[in-house]
Amino acid sequence: MAMKSSELQKAGSWESEVFQVLNPEGKLLSELGGEIDEELMIKMYENMQFVRAFDRKSVILQRQGRIGTYAPFEGQEASQAGSAMALSDMDWMFPTYRDHAAAMIHGQEMYRVFLYWMAHMDGTTCTEGKKILPPSVPIATQLLHAVGTGWASKLDGDKDVSIAYFGDGASSEGDFHEALNFAGVFKTPTIFFCQNNGYAISVPFEKQSASRTIAQRAAAYDINGVRIDGNDIFAVYLTVKEAVERARRGEGPTLIEAVTFRYGAHTTADDPKKYRNQEEVSKEWRDNRDPLTRLNKFLTENGLWDETKEAELLSKVNAKIDEELKRAENYPKSHALQMFDHVYAETPWHIAEQREELKKYLAKDGDES
Amino acid sequence: MIQAITEVMDQKLAEDPRVMLLGEDIGVNGGVFRATDGLVEKYGEDRVVDTPLAESGIVGTSIGLAMNGKIPIVEIQFLAFIYPAFEQVVSHAARMRYRSRGQFEVPMVIRTPYGAGIRGPELHSESVESFFAHTPGLKVVVPGSPYDAKGLLVSAIEDRDPVIFLEPTKLYRAFKEEVPEELYRVPLGKAKVVKEGTDLTIFSWGAMLREAVNAASKLEKEKGMSCEVVDLRTLYPLDRDTIIESVKKTGRAVVVHEAHKTAGLGGEVISLINDEALIYLKAPVKRITGFDVPVPMFSVEEDYMPTLERVKRGIEETVNF
Ligand SMILES: Cc1ncc(C[n+]2csc(CCOP(=O)(O)OP(=O)(O)O)c2C)c(N)n1
Ligand SMILES: [Mg+2]
Repeated sequence: MAMKSSELQKAGSWESEVFQVLNPEGKLLSELGGEIDEELMIKMYENMQFVRAFDRKSVILQRQGRIGTYAPFEGQEASQAGSAMALSDMDWMFPTYRDHAAAMIHGQEMYRVFLYWMAHMDGTTCTEGKKILPPSVPIATQLLHAVGTGWASKLDGDKDVSIAYFGDGASSEGDFHEALNFAGVFKTPTIFFCQNNGYAISVPFEKQSASRTIAQRAAAYDINGVRIDGNDIFAVYLTVKEAVERARRGEGPTLIEAVTFRYGAHTTADDPKKYRNQEEVSKEWRDNRDPLTRLNKFLTENGLWDETKEAELLSKVNAKIDEELKRAENYPKSHALQMFDHVYAETPWHIAEQREELKKYLAKDGDES
Repeated sequence: MIQAITEVMDQKLAEDPRVMLLGEDIGVNGGVFRATDGLVEKYGEDRVVDTPLAESGIVGTSIGLAMNGKIPIVEIQFLAFIYPAFEQVVSHAARMRYRSRGQFEVPMVIRTPYGAGIRGPELHSESVESFFAHTPGLKVVVPGSPYDAKGLLVSAIEDRDPVIFLEPTKLYRAFKEEVPEELYRVPLGKAKVVKEGTDLTIFSWGAMLREAVNAASKLEKEKGMSCEVVDLRTLYPLDRDTIIESVKKTGRAVVVHEAHKTAGLGGEVISLINDEALIYLKAPVKRITGFDVPVPMFSVEEDYMPTLERVKRGIEETVNF
């Protein structure tokens, strides 16, 4: 019990310390009790393949210069897809820059995610009617918003819940603690979903905190806290589902620590070889704890999946990604004048004048769009 | 420029046992811009500290370290990520000497990359120097060349007051310049005349200096205009004498900065001119600045910033007023 979580992650002995349903060999450790039927299992697998293909494509697009710096999430698919699948359409979602998989599974259109990484002025919008916020860039700040939206829902007697995504590093920021405390005091229907991928850029979790886990912080605020295998989509789904139900019943917030690993770099601008034995650790996780591999094994052993289905899925997924990419690349380019829109509900004089100034200037120059 | 900055920290760590570096990813990773590359290997984890991800924690504890005999050099990963530490900077670092009536002081440097033009993601491109230049007790410094980066950083580290040291990301690897190997000082509070001229003065700093110098040399060739370029270098307190002297000579001025126009430092420079050199002016002083909008996504950031063309046009309008 005395090991720090990133050591556990390295040592591969952390399974004993986390809630797990489907082990890395693809064996069920407990009954699913009808909560996850065959159709849902297959959907989980398809969703993970879908987001993984998106992620790999994005890394390539960055290399080709078709998008800007990108934050890959490969390795974290079960955490993101599993948690998002446990939500209802009406629920609020507050993702970070790494949580596009969660956002897309919750209904964010992929072309908008591409627009975000293309730095398009519309890249921070979400699918009409959804309550998916633009990715939070300042670490941990969005957690408080998810307390606020949850609080309002509670005051209004609405049944929606709010889920905030964040990383292990985020648990060091003051806003994280303030959010847990507010949520505890006001018993808000908020789910704090932490993907502990062992690193905040280069800093391993054991340097981030002297606490052994993130989940244990819940005790200090007297809210529910759970530590789960973030690469086990069954465990993720069941845990988030339960947290959501509790929140809807008015039983307050839950802090979930999903232990996982990012296979790649922090972003495409990062070189993980600087701070970890990248090839070795990454391979170790891929070979032994991959979220897709284990579900594939389970489905295959239960006669629910085979190579033909896999091939069909991959071609479907790739076609969809190509289509969404085309949509993003054919989307009207950002125009400089868009920067003046939406600063306020009603544009004040000085911004209106500056807009005119730039407009005149661009018209004279022609080449400056 | 980045090499000059690394060199200063290296030499200061070697020379002064009180010096410590603190920041996110500054250890084995060497900082996201590699400003601290190799330093943890050389000086150990007690002096080059990878901190938890908490800016308020970094700055707040550095205040304590500084009061108790250390000289912390803090790296904030990007300027916009200093906001969680804003309270510590403004309410404590800036006021400790004042409140204790000189009994305690906070000799520390907060280094942070800032500015647009590197296709950074959201919130990686802000120029909010005004926040700090509006805070008595702080000094605000922006180097515009590798030579100045080294000399100003040395002065900042040796200064007894907290210094916000803003490093223009666009200049990090922009040009090569021979920099003396030994430690030398460029004084805080002193502007530099980068180029002499007689028709108009361009006041600028940071990454916009390049636009200023380019505009000056283009206008000289194309229109025979003679522009003086002044790099303010220290934004707080401003070097009033150099500003006024230059305006008295040229009789015209523009201020070029990438920060938003409203409450940007351009207004402050104009006020100084108004106070001390109004009667020398042949034209109103113009501000050529970033617009009053959040720094937009990088697909349009070029148009957010004062472009060479916008700077040239502003100068011509002022000269032909
Ligand atoms: C307030 C703030 N400080 C610093 C940063 C720079 N930064 C971006 S991501 C990151 C690490 C975050 O680590 P973690 O919370 O574990 O999430 P992960 O990236 O691993 O998903 C840092 C330091 C930031 N975005 N915001
Ligand atoms: Mg992390």
